Formats: sequence, C-alpha cells, structure tokens
Amino acid sequence: MKFVLDADQRDFAASLDALLSSSETVAVARSWADGDSAPGLRLWARLAEQGVLSLATDATPVELAVAFEALGRYAVPGPWVESAAYLPVALGHEVEGVATVALPPHVPYALDADVADQVYVGDSLATEVGDLVGSVDRTRRLFSVAGEGRSDDAAFDLAVLATSAQLLGAGERILADSVTYVKQRKQFGREIGSYQAIKHALADVRIALDFARPLVLGAALGEVPASAAKVAAGDAAYLASRTGLQVHGAIGYTQEFDLSLWITKVRALVTAWGTPAYHRARLLDELVG
Amino acid sequence: MDLTLSESELAFQAEARAWLEANVPAEPLPSMDTADGFVAHQEWEKRLSDARWSVVSWPTAYSGREASLVEWVVFEEEYYRAGAPGRVSQNGIFLLAPIVFDHGTQEQQDRFLPTMATGEKIWAQCWSEPEAGSDLASLRSTAQRDDERGGWVLNGQKTWSSRASFAHWGFGLFRSDPQAARHHGLTYFLFPLDADGITVRPIAQLDGEAGFAEVFFEDVFVPDSDVLGAPGDGWRVAMSTAGNERGLSLRSPGRFCAAADRLIDLYRSTPDPAYADGVVDAWTKAQAYRLYTWGTVTRLADGGEMGAAGSVNKVFWSELDIALHETALDLLGPEAEVESRWLDGYTFSLSGPIYAGTNEIQRNIVAERILGLPREVRK
Repeated sequence: MKFVLDADQRDFAASLDALLSSSETVAVARSWADGDSAPGLRLWARLAEQGVLSLATDATPVELAVAFEALGRYAVPGPWVESAAYLPVALGHEVEGVATVALPPHVPYALDADVADQVYVGDSLATEVGDLVGSVDRTRRLFSVAGEGRSDDAAFDLAVLATSAQLLGAGERILADSVTYVKQRKQFGREIGSYQAIKHALADVRIALDFARPLVLGAALGEVPASAAKVAAGDAAYLASRTGLQVHGAIGYTQEFDLSLWITKVRALVTAWGTPAYHRARLLDELVG
Repeated sequence: MDLTLSESELAFQAEARAWLEANVPAEPLPSMDTADGFVAHQEWEKRLSDARWSVVSWPTAYSGREASLVEWVVFEEEYYRAGAPGRVSQNGIFLLAPIVFDHGTQEQQDRFLPTMATGEKIWAQCWSEPEAGSDLASLRSTAQRDDERGGWVLNGQKTWSSRASFAHWGFGLFRSDPQAARHHGLTYFLFPLDADGITVRPIAQLDGEAGFAEVFFEDVFVPDSDVLGAPGDGWRVAMSTAGNERGLSLRSPGRFCAAADRLIDLYRSTPDPAYADGVVDAWTKAQAYRLYTWGTVTRLADGGEMGAAGSVNKVFWSELDIALHETALDLLGPEAEVESRWLDGYTFSLSGPIYAGTNEIQRNIVAERILGLPREVRK
C-alpha cells in the first residue's frame, strides 16, 4: 500500500514539467486560439516523443493522469483527451498524428477538427466536418460533425479521467498564480494576501484541490468511478478560477492577462466529457443500484 | 502507486472484522454524555481492551498490538463499518497518550497508560478558558511553585472540557511563569478531577446532554510526578497534541465512509431527487477523505510529518460531517426533528468546525504555513 506517486512517475512528471516550462505554452495557446496551429503542432510532436500519445495503450491510467495534470497546468492546446485517452482505447491502437472525436450527446463537437488528421464520430470516421463553433475557451476550436459511430464505455471513462486531471492541473496553476499575485499586490499599505478574507478564500481552494487529487489518482487505480474524480476536480478547479479572478480583481478579467487562459479553460472543461449533473446522476445510479 | 494491502494486513483486517461482527452491541449504546451511557461505554472499552482492540497501535506491554499506521487505519475502517460505539476514551487514547509516550516518564507511562487502555480511567482535556479560545497562548489559569510539598498549586478556570462531567482525570496547561512571554512559562499538568479544590460544573450542550463542563481550580495541589514534560515547556508539548487532534488520529475516515454508506441506504428507502446531489457529494467526499488519508499514511510511513496538513484535514472532515448529516435530515423530511441516530450525529457534527481549533484558525494556518501568505497584522 503506497498511495503516492512512485519514483518513475515523479520522474515522468518532472520531465514533462521541464519540457513544458521551457516551451512558452502561453504563446502556443494564444497562437492556437488565433488559428495558427504551427507552434502547437511542434509542441504536439515533442510531447508525442515523450510518449504522451501511447500512455493509454502502453502505461497505466496513473501515468495518464500525471501527463494530463501537466497539460492542464500549462494550458497546452489541442485534442489531447481525444488523441491520447479516448481514441486509443476505442480503436484499440495508438493514434497516428492528431486525431479528434465527437461523441454526442456528451461530446457534441469535435475539438480542433481543423488541425486533426482524422476526425471520428464514435469509432467511425466523420462523414462531414461543419463550421467552427466558438468556445468559451478560445483555445478550444469546436466543430460540428456528421457521422455515426459506437461509443466505448472504457474509453469514455479514461477520457473523463484525463479531463479531471487536466482540471486539477489548471486549478493548481490558478492557485499558484493567485498566491504569487496576492503577495505582491498592495492595498491600504500592505499585501492583500495578509487580509483574512483573501487568505480564507485561497485556503478553501487549497483544501478543495487537495481532496480532488486523491479522487483523480483513486479513479486511475479503479478505487472510485471516474465520475467521482470529474465532479470533484471540476468543483475544485472552478472554485480556483472564481477565487483566482476575485483576488486578481479587474486585471484578471482581461484577455491580455494570462490568467484568462486558465479561467476560460476550466469553465469549458467543467462540462466537457460529461456535465457535473450527468456524472452525479451516473454515480447515484451506481451507488443506489 | 497502489492501494493493495499486504497478506499480514489482510489477515489483521479479517481478524478485526470477525471480532467486531461477533461483539459490537446490536443496539446503539445510550449517549456517553449521560451517567448510564458513560458506564455502558466504559464497559464497551473494557471489552475492546480484553480482546486487545482498544489501542491497536500501542506496544504489547500496554495491551496494544504494535499495529502499523496502515493497520490502524484498517482497524478504524472496520470499527466504523461495524457500527461500533464512539470511543468515550478518545481524549485519553488519541490526544494524551501520544504525549505520554513522547514526553512522559517511565513511571508516568506505567501509571497512566494501562487504565487508559481498559477504559477504567477516562480523561478530559482541560484546554480552553473563558477568555482564551483559539488564542490558547493567552490563557490565565496559574500554577504556583510549592517547593515544600514538591509540586505546584493550580488556580483558575477551564471550560468546554469534553467528557469532564463524568471523567476521572484531566490534562491541561497552566501559566507557571507569569513573567515569561505568551508561549513560554506554560506547564502541562495531569490531575484527578476529584482532587481537593476542583469543582466540575457540567454544561448542557445543544442536545441537552452534559457533554462538556467547566472546571474550577482553587488551590489544587499537583505533585511534580504529575507534571508532563519539563516545567515551562507546556506549549511545545501541547502543540504536538493539537496536531493529533486536527489530523489523522481523531477523525478516521471509517467514520465518514460508514455514515455515507448509511446515507445511501437512507436514500434507497426514501429517494428524493431534490437531495440526490447531496447524497452523491457526501459519498464522493467521504471517499476523497479515505483516499487522502492513505496518502497521508504513506507519507508518514516514509518518515514525513503531519504538519499543517492536519489543518487541511480538519476543515474538510468537519464540513463534510455537517453536509452529510444535513442531507440525511433533508431526506427524513418532517421526521427529521424526531430524535434519531441521524439527529444525534447532526448535533455532534455542528461542533466540528468549532472544536480542535476553529476552522477560521485552520484556514489561517493553511494560508500562512502551506500557501506562504503573510501573517495578518495584529495590533
């Protein structure tokens, strides 16, 4: 019984962190939002070299969760959940290049279909890709698609787990940036982080994330359903985003300020791959039987 | 990373489960905060102790099993899953005993631990004072040196002492050096609650039971042999207790997992979709707490320390406990006001955010010690 990441898993997390922290991911995400996918695809290739695309077939869900937490922490754009979690399991093999998938009703649009080499609906290729639909997260380029394909429960759960881990990473990033900010920003002659109202709000975020993490890792080990991880990580990350915005004040409300990338991403991921209501209902069914 | 128990841990679990199944009283015991209930709980403690289940993590010499931290959590999970009674001895076993093991003399260990394990002597924590709640360092009850008799003379008043209405012994901090700065000059004392000069006045709680009491000290003599740790070192000694109380030892995950399972049973019998989310969230958070605890156990087993994580823990379990019980009362509808196990649990849960250091204090600790935010300017 050891419920912490082992040395290999920590090394993997550290290597992804090293790669991403030197990759100007904010600039990559902003280009992606503006329709320039070249920097994003170069980053995609480097992450693929690190094995991120083969985690679903060659590693365990714990490594997958480790990778997606890093993707969330650095706001890495692209259809990673689709290519690295859902499709490899649904198709039975690792995907080549960039792939994406729609899975109505829970995944109604195909993310980043304009840059994907293959676009699926369920386990079949899409017959048609429609127009771009705007997402609250400008780095998520959504497209309506036509086609018929079967969905895969195990693949869906892995995608839910990956999304949960991404939420956790995004929430951690918002908290870290918020803590840094409130230690610098002064009002009435002292750092706003010394005010109890600010402290308690950020402490609540710390607590929510601390208790979402074991559910994400527990879901990766099969101890709890992936839906439990999604509900908790979604709630915690959303609390982080609301609190993060509040403690930043108006600067946080601007697109120019990088925090906006994570605030909008969290909002999108809260309902991506199953809304909180859907996952709670699914859990209730399982528990009440 | 894995959550599988070893062969020996599984065997320990099976033994605990079998004994509890055979021995847990079929009917819940009366409240431990009544005279009858207190005695009934003491008898249960004795039964646990006779089978060496009362203090599983203690050395065998003191009727423990030298259980590892993992085994302790396993036992607690089984204990609550079996619906076993709350521990009337918990202040002694979980709060005082670790301090006696760490700071007590051999003589004190031999004198106090055996009757604590059997439930023969129940301990009360005499911590708070009327003017010192969360600001424990401001306490004013005094201890004056008496060289002639070889001890100390205690004066003052303690309040909100859980179990003190019926307990036999108390432990608490007294100011032994009025010249020293706030955190210094405090000494940790052990004293029989029927000592000359001690008056215990029970205080009825929200539920009407005398769950806690005020304790008055009027020239109470305590010999040097009942001082725990060095005189003047009481704050440091006490702080190791506070960590235990907030953290792992008092609120084992088994409590919340068992209550969440009962909540699901309740929902099955009175399903009301309006409260479905509350049921799901209570279950999910109880699982989060269980898994979080395994993470803590792993870190502690690898030589880590509880530290400020105990404060993260405390806010989470205390709020979970209330939310879980509120959901149960919601499901019970108009029946919720009628006396029941759920109502008892609800009333008790309300104290969670207040005792063991209020949640406001815990959030300050999380913000300052974990997030590294600046200390509040206090004038």
